[in-house]
Amino acid sequence: MSHEVNMHGQSEVITTHEVHHDEHHGHHHKETFITKYIFSQDHKMIAKQFLVTGIIWAIIGGLFSVLFRLQLGFPNETFPFLETILGKWAQGGKLDPEFYYALTTMHGTVLVFFVLTAGLSGTFSNFLIPLQIGARDMASPFMNMLSFWFFFAASIVMVSSLFVQTGPASGGWTSYPPLSALGDASEGSKIGMDLWLIAMALFVVNSLLGSLNYISTILNMRTKGMSMTRVPLTIWALLFTAVLGVLSFPVLLSGFILLLFDRHAGTSFYLSDIFLASTQKALPNEGGSAILYQHLFWFLGHPEVYIIILPTMGLVSDVMSANARKPIFGYMAMVASMFAIAVLAFLVWAHHMFVTGLNPFLGAFFVLLTLLIAVPSAIKVFNWLTTLWKGNLRFTPGMLFSIGFVSMFISGGLTGIFLGNSTLDIHLHDTYFVIAHFHIVMGVSAFFGMFAGLYHWFPKMFGRFMNNTLAYIHFWITLVGAYLIFWPMHYQGLAGVPRRYLDFSGWASFNQFDGLNRFISIVTIIVFAVQLLFVFNFFYSMFKGRRVRTQNPWGATGLEWTTPINPGHGNWEGEIPEVHRWAYDYGKDGREFIPQTEPVGANETPEGKH
Amino acid sequence: MSTLLIIAILLLGFIVIFQIAKASEYVSVLKGEKKTFEQNNRINGFLLLAFLILGLIGVYWCNEMFKGKILGEAASDHGEKIDTMLYITIAITGIVFIITQILLFWFSFKYQYSEKRQAFYYPHNNKLEALWTAVPAIALTVLVGCGLYYWFKITGDAPKEANVIEITGKQFGWIYRYPGKDKVFGKKYYKNIDESKLNQLGLLWDDKAAQDDIVTNEAMYMVVGKPVKLVINSRDVVHDVGLVHFRMKMDAVPGTPTTMWFTPKYTTAQMKEKTGNPDFEYEISCDQMCGKGHYSMKGIVKVVEPAEYLLWLAKQKTNYVMSNPEPETAPAAPAADSTATAATAVSKSLSN
Repeated sequence: MSHEVNMHGQSEVITTHEVHHDEHHGHHHKETFITKYIFSQDHKMIAKQFLVTGIIWAIIGGLFSVLFRLQLGFPNETFPFLETILGKWAQGGKLDPEFYYALTTMHGTVLVFFVLTAGLSGTFSNFLIPLQIGARDMASPFMNMLSFWFFFAASIVMVSSLFVQTGPASGGWTSYPPLSALGDASEGSKIGMDLWLIAMALFVVNSLLGSLNYISTILNMRTKGMSMTRVPLTIWALLFTAVLGVLSFPVLLSGFILLLFDRHAGTSFYLSDIFLASTQKALPNEGGSAILYQHLFWFLGHPEVYIIILPTMGLVSDVMSANARKPIFGYMAMVASMFAIAVLAFLVWAHHMFVTGLNPFLGAFFVLLTLLIAVPSAIKVFNWLTTLWKGNLRFTPGMLFSIGFVSMFISGGLTGIFLGNSTLDIHLHDTYFVIAHFHIVMGVSAFFGMFAGLYHWFPKMFGRFMNNTLAYIHFWITLVGAYLIFWPMHYQGLAGVPRRYLDFSGWASFNQFDGLNRFISIVTIIVFAVQLLFVFNFFYSMFKGRRVRTQNPWGATGLEWTTPINPGHGNWEGEIPEVHRWAYDYGKDGREFIPQTEPVGANETPEGKH
Repeated sequence: MSTLLIIAILLLGFIVIFQIAKASEYVSVLKGEKKTFEQNNRINGFLLLAFLILGLIGVYWCNEMFKGKILGEAASDHGEKIDTMLYITIAITGIVFIITQILLFWFSFKYQYSEKRQAFYYPHNNKLEALWTAVPAIALTVLVGCGLYYWFKITGDAPKEANVIEITGKQFGWIYRYPGKDKVFGKKYYKNIDESKLNQLGLLWDDKAAQDDIVTNEAMYMVVGKPVKLVINSRDVVHDVGLVHFRMKMDAVPGTPTTMWFTPKYTTAQMKEKTGNPDFEYEISCDQMCGKGHYSMKGIVKVVEPAEYLLWLAKQKTNYVMSNPEPETAPAAPAADSTATAATAVSKSLSN
């Protein structure tokens, strides 16, 4: 079936990269399968590899959240099927606390890194950069391939940690030492933690190989006429994302290496003055600082949230403009605000650490810089609103998810103003308010942006459309469900309910939300089921969806829509087209849209005027 | 069995939805793409407006429902400041939230596709962009200003008359230490910890100041209306002293002591009356992931009248007495030779 999809593509492949040619000389058919689908160097295929791996991870990560929501929603009930699938981790149908924490840890790690970083950037950077800037492939297709395979290796190691006897890492996705450094302090800090660290190290390599490639491709390989002020906002977003990744992931890796030393080489980078009740022994380590790890972690950790959200800002801008039939409002302001966000991303990490004993004077600077990010964010929101104003809106699934994205981004962004303010953070730190905030602003928003991009570029990826009715069902249930799940959590947070608690029955201060917890869990299950519907729609449409008959089904201006319906390796047959204008000439001079490849006419209103 | 049933129902639901979706695609082909598009567009435009209206009603309803379950009156002076700041922030962000969400969904509804309309080519407007750079900047300046004003009040030095209490987190409980009559905490060293000898904190008995220190796991007693300063430690991993009613929170980091201070406003007894809950207690929650017992790491704060506090304090045995139960030693009244006694005690505990 897969052959049918790519039939056009296959006949046009320019075979310049026959890596495994010799090995499979006798089996001509098999050889093409491996070079085309597995060790492919075509950026479009690598994008699809990232996407499919990301989808699998998203299902796993989402399923974990359903499992631990069962515990939160129904703390007094037992679910025998849990014992069937989890064995000793759910004896009698009830999650073991240790495993509950393993689930939340894995849910966070998987979704933040494996889905919303690799699955998102990996997919759209690989797919859109060459197509939108007019390049035949990435600067280094081989490095690009390596990037995916490092991601794959990281995935294998991470999955394997689920099956070790002492269980996967369970110290939270942030893995703060000393808890993550001492196997005697927690089961998950035994071999599971080592596997977690190895997987993350491989992941960092994947990210660096990918990002360096994205940056050099964007800067060096744009087609004639494609100046940086003419590239679609997606490209700017992906460029900033890649820069953030290159500058911050190495710091995370250094933090992990020190942690590995503390775990196995007897060093004391993070350890000091520790007496473990489980062994009744004092450790020899003295003079280390547990806070050092938090600085190293959040120096990546905070840019990481922009690594997640920036690409979707770009995708949403393009999808929204194309479906509003109107240029994106304030292109330069959009670029400038993304630049400001990228710079500020590096200057705010300690707002995660207001209550660690950080010097309050230092904290004041982080308050100022953190709240400063609200300014470029506000500019972006108002620009999106103005893009909708007086447009002629087509509610394609991509457009609906873009509108949903803006709504979520507003809701989640505003609660960031609470948490960035150190005074309020004293009360709200590590409560459900934080859960609500970051799930809305970078979890749900990023997923909405990703869905917008997927629905919009699916025809370009597979030459077919996804089913619209399923897409609308997917959108509406997800939008309503996401608000129903996360909006009430703000109230729990204001009540001070701590995150990472699996049972509130022992607490007089936090046990007033039993009904709400049950409600949230039920909605979670429904929303998760609807995501499976999306996955089904995705794979079904890949093979059986309605075929795309025209080159440019959305009537969009971008270069990607000038390629054949199923582009081969190399993207354009013949010359790469030349670009004469920006990517947002929608509704100009009474015309529906003007492709970037069309020369500026003699009587046309000059660029930037209206 | 019931699990299988649920899976079967889910599968059936999937198949039904899928068949409907597939059928609707065929219908759209029959009806013509343009007509289907226009119909879908109208439905979604209407739904967006409906979502806005129902959503805002939902927000109001949610507020009404949870109003009584969150934020009871703050029980400390710092808590009051935090609540004030919270209300200022809720007011400003609430206005922005309502305006922007209304604009978003109203624009979406109003400017939905119509054959007659031509989208307005409007690529940028410097004045508008300057406006919505300046207005958020001003609003945020107000928030930063207020926030930092309270932040420095809350994190500033504790008053001199403050009671100092040490609180130490361990997997999974809390240890409280009072400095005793001399008002000075004695020296401790973590390698000296010996739980079998009831020396949970590793106090050094050759330090005189340590001998009258009181160590307890029962509850943290403090005096109503009197500032209290907490010196926060951890014995193993990072914990966090979360005091939800006082609105205070501070990490407990092994090897790096942290502090916080506040003035409790109501006694536990008064809070029982105020909340109408006879079982009310001020709870200490661990707010930093610390292992499998994290969710159950609870402590209790008892805020009492000064007289009751003195009475409680007088009843406490010092840690030294508990760890060194020999009848000869008289640690309660350190005599001239107490150094020698302490020294033997230390050498004994070290030799173990």
